[in-house]
Amino acid sequence: MVLAEPSLSTPSRHPLTPAPHVVVGRRRETADVVTLSLEPCEDADQFLPGSFAPGQFNMLSAFGIGEAAISISNGPGEGPLQHTVRDVGPVTHALCETEPGGLVGVRGPFGNSWGVDTGPGANAPSVDVVVVAGGIGLAPLRGAIEHLLGGSSLGGGRVFILVGARSPDQVVFVGDIERWRHAGAYVEVSVDVATASWDGRVGVVTSLLEDAPFDPSKAVALVCGPEVMMRFSVRALLERGLSAERVRLSLERNMQCGIGSCGHCQLGPWLLCRDGPIVTWASGSAILLGERDR
Amino acid sequence: MIRSVEELVAEHPLLRGLPVDAAPLVAGCARLKRFEPGQLLLKEGEDADTFYLVRRGTVRIEVGTPGRSPLVIETVGAGKVVGWSWLLPPLQWQFDARAAGPVATIAVDTGCLRAKAETDPAFGYELLKRLSSMLLDRLQATRFRLLDLYAPPGTGDHGSR
Repeated sequence: MVLAEPSLSTPSRHPLTPAPHVVVGRRRETADVVTLSLEPCEDADQFLPGSFAPGQFNMLSAFGIGEAAISISNGPGEGPLQHTVRDVGPVTHALCETEPGGLVGVRGPFGNSWGVDTGPGANAPSVDVVVVAGGIGLAPLRGAIEHLLGGSSLGGGRVFILVGARSPDQVVFVGDIERWRHAGAYVEVSVDVATASWDGRVGVVTSLLEDAPFDPSKAVALVCGPEVMMRFSVRALLERGLSAERVRLSLERNMQCGIGSCGHCQLGPWLLCRDGPIVTWASGSAILLGERDR
Repeated sequence: MIRSVEELVAEHPLLRGLPVDAAPLVAGCARLKRFEPGQLLLKEGEDADTFYLVRRGTVRIEVGTPGRSPLVIETVGAGKVVGWSWLLPPLQWQFDARAAGPVATIAVDTGCLRAKAETDPAFGYELLKRLSSMLLDRLQATRFRLLDLYAPPGTGDHGSR
């Protein structure tokens, strides 16, 4: 199997008990986005760095303030656990402000994965993977991209990375994006607003899909970003000829317990912390379109 | 191999699939034109006498501000159309369009094409349908951007990814 179905991995310690982690690195991506590198404290019942899959999330706690669900933004075995956090509220503000040496709590990993973690198949057919990310939606996809570019699981297919952002200074992982381009990925970045110094594209991220030379008959799409952006992107992908079963998107609701107990993240029949966050458009379209007011 | 304007016109997505007798109508109003990086294709306020079918390269649609760097509204690439204001009065360009790099185009005389569309309503209707389709894409993309989807969410930690 080249790309497995979105899969589930369960945490190795009691899922409601945060494991203290020390911040070993803090990199500012944009004015309000920070990537934290975390390592478990020596005395903690350890969160195993390799025990997650790209697309899963952790509950990060700022002690004394609260918890927030944050996607893991690197891949298994790629050094310290990384989370890319946007400063949008009290908890995320505290997380973003935590200096190296500070402590945060980690519960997880929770949810399913993009399904790119199962390694190459011996007779893997060629498959193109189209990654469509909007804003900080690139964070949950970063580990998947690293995995895809680092292995042979595409069977000769290619990775297409299409990124949309508000403005050039809001593009996250700029260094990684260049590295991915040099590693052979087709990469395009489009922003909504720019000055003449920006040499990339200006326009909606869906316009990038028109030009990307992937083969829709053998492509899988991984989409993450604001939900409206994902809907537009899915529409463009379907117009290009991808089937709904081959379009996967990462949804976001109010994750709290992470284990499908509290019900805060319910979306239709799903508890997204457990049954998601990644769903196929084939399974999710009726729910996502039906959830809207008529 | 040197290819005729008519062949290149027939291949452009705006006109691909038109009845065979339509390409010569457009080609009769068209010529090939190249632009160097930074060169203007359209200038705000000028008469909309020529629009462009982009064959290669990228064109920036800009709003110029004296003394400041222009704001780039959109980039337009191969297979697209640069210039819409020739369709309706006042027939003046509303924005600047500048080559972001080397750009190859088919330049179309708008007065010539409008006259042919008036004379041959079937051709004119087909042309207008195709232009409307591209305009609709542009309108929808503009609405999408008006949503400012990547802006920070209201309040609270939900939505922090």
